[in-house]
Amino acid sequence: MMKMNPLRSRRAEWLVTLPSLLWLALFFAVPSVIVLAFTFHGHTPNGGVGEWSLSTWRELVDPDYPVIVWKTIRVSLEVTVWSIVLALPCAYAIARMGRRWRSVVAGAIMLPFWTSFVVRVFAWKTMLHPDGWLQACYLAFLRLRAWAFGWLPGCGGQVDPASSTILDSEAAVVLVSVYTFLPFAIMPLYTAAEKFDFALLEAARDLGAKNFYAFRKIFIPGIRQGLISAILMVFIPAIGSYVIPQMLGGTNCVLIGNKIFMRAIQNRNIPHASALATLMAVSVLIPIACAMWWRRSQSARDRKRLDAETARLMTGGAS
Amino acid sequence: MNNDFLVFDHVTKRFGALTAVDDVTLTINKGEFFSLLGPSGCGKTTLLRMLGGFERPDSGRIYLEGRDITDLPPDKRRVHTVFQNYALFPTMTIWDNIAFSLRLAKLPKAETEEKVDAILDMIQMTEHAWKYPDQLSGGQKQRVAIARALVDRPQVLLLDEPLAALDLKLRQHMLIELDAIHDQVGITFMYVTHDQGEAMSLSDRIAVINRGHVEQLDVPAKIYEAPSSRFVASFIGDTNFFEGTIESVEGDYCVIDVKGFPRIKAYNDKNLSTGQKVALSVRPEKIRVTKARPAPEKGASINVFPSVVQDIVYQGVYTKYWLDSADLRISALKPHSRFLLDQETITWNDPVFVWWHPDDAYMVEVR
Ligand SMILES: Nc1ncnc2c1ncn2[C@@H]1O[C@H](COP(=O)(O)OP(=O)(O)OP(=O)(O)O)[C@@H](O)[C@H]1O
Ligand SMILES: [Mg+2]
Repeated sequence: MMKMNPLRSRRAEWLVTLPSLLWLALFFAVPSVIVLAFTFHGHTPNGGVGEWSLSTWRELVDPDYPVIVWKTIRVSLEVTVWSIVLALPCAYAIARMGRRWRSVVAGAIMLPFWTSFVVRVFAWKTMLHPDGWLQACYLAFLRLRAWAFGWLPGCGGQVDPASSTILDSEAAVVLVSVYTFLPFAIMPLYTAAEKFDFALLEAARDLGAKNFYAFRKIFIPGIRQGLISAILMVFIPAIGSYVIPQMLGGTNCVLIGNKIFMRAIQNRNIPHASALATLMAVSVLIPIACAMWWRRSQSARDRKRLDAETARLMTGGAS
Repeated sequence: MNNDFLVFDHVTKRFGALTAVDDVTLTINKGEFFSLLGPSGCGKTTLLRMLGGFERPDSGRIYLEGRDITDLPPDKRRVHTVFQNYALFPTMTIWDNIAFSLRLAKLPKAETEEKVDAILDMIQMTEHAWKYPDQLSGGQKQRVAIARALVDRPQVLLLDEPLAALDLKLRQHMLIELDAIHDQVGITFMYVTHDQGEAMSLSDRIAVINRGHVEQLDVPAKIYEAPSSRFVASFIGDTNFFEGTIESVEGDYCVIDVKGFPRIKAYNDKNLSTGQKVALSVRPEKIRVTKARPAPEKGASINVFPSVVQDIVYQGVYTKYWLDSADLRISALKPHSRFLLDQETITWNDPVFVWWHPDDAYMVEVR
């Protein structure tokens, strides 16, 4: 490979990334700062932004909000888990198909995007009518969900068929969210699975592993990058989603997105909506930052442990 | 049959219209270094994959220590493979790669550690134990792949062209190492290659495969000196073929009429009789090239005929000559063990005499 002058290459790198940096600054950093600034203002009765004050943050001290934030995170986590669980075997199967079939199936997965998102959600609204056949499937789904996520606060409990209408429920929101976000989970997983060397699974089988063990211990770690992006691709839009809970959740599934919408459009209180958005972002970013910090310290500890092990082996540990 | 260690019993495997393995019957002894040798696409890998459990034969059975393993899944047979591209698990350290099969077998932790450390020591990779596969060189990966497959002492170790991805120097080094490992562990090795040099130098026995069937199964020297067919003779090393009709039989020898040549005398190893057609294989190193006509030896007469040097390639250890006789191009090797004492040097277009002893030819084809 050719060696480039490091200074020149660094300047070239800057030049190449400059447009996207500018884009990010203009349309991400600046708006974020503006939103943050709004939260330190009051609001005017005609929907404008008022004087500098802490009144907005004081309004935010409302016992309803932590409940809604937690509910939003919980629903998003649920949607993420279901999407990944469904997407993993899909991605695996597609990656193992012949070249021709692969593009056909990948195309079919993207097909829904050719119709409007709102139209599709509306179609679900019709399909989920209490007299529909989906109501029957829904009861089965409810039972499975209570079994899988019952341990999370505010999620478990017994399934009561009489009071469980499928429309206007949290489960409807989860169901349609999974339907909506599934392609976003499949695509990064499939891209990673396509690069995965399936001979490794044969090697694992050869060494005595059952199919599922090989899938778990070799395939999943092998597509880790794809898994991480799939989780983010589902979780982040799920946190911000408001069309689906609005149309299918009724009053039973009001998420932070709906609250923000309400404050901004109905109450015409932009600072309050900004504060809610900030609260939500912080509630998500803090756990993620903690997780990343924990992982870094873990790998540092691992490295130290490995060095120690090497030292042990080198100084006659093998005897 | 049940006393034999590993048996392929009339095994056939088809892929659509193609018969990749055609009615193969093989018996492999315990502890043997057994090679499958054949050209590309002859079905070697398919044979190994059936033994590993990755393909199911269309007909025939495979027995290991008397047990029919034909329909067992890969994880149910104690047969491990060293894959051509190593197939080391990239997300695991070398140590964890090697420990993989032991952990699956739920061995006690102390025992696992002891075994992994011991085999790391054997392949001299102790200091690399906590590296990841992509931090290793080709030869190191190769050794790890072998260690990973050997650590829980399988009944058979399968090696599918394990050295193909290495450069020549490293290949020669690994060849010696592989031999040493085999001696050390005493496990049956089944080795696939299309490199006759590798097969010759390592194997106890070799099965030469051609188009899905076994052409010859024998010890390396027999395969080289007594090839059972024209295919084996030409696939294993260089050779010259002389085709002709048997004119007469004189005791242990026969006289063959080859078009354009004086009568050729050969040892009648196949007990042929007058009138049969035969192909005779004469290895280049058995053929002598001199400027002077050789003096007839006592006892047996030698085959001698005049020829002209067409091409010479000097190779250090020996010189290779191509000579034109009748409408055949004959190749001959001349070793340089006594270079300075050699007769006059032979150069291009020199008229020379080509000769060999009747015992040094071998009949490979009878029609
Ligand atoms: N899964 C498969 N589907 C269809 N044909 C196959 C399959 N596997 C192997 N073949 C064919 O079977 C024949 C034997 O293949 P095999 O891989 O056993 O050859 P090989 O002797 O190992 O060759 P090489 O030295 O090139 O590795 C080849 O013609 C190959 O194309
Ligand atoms: Mg092969």
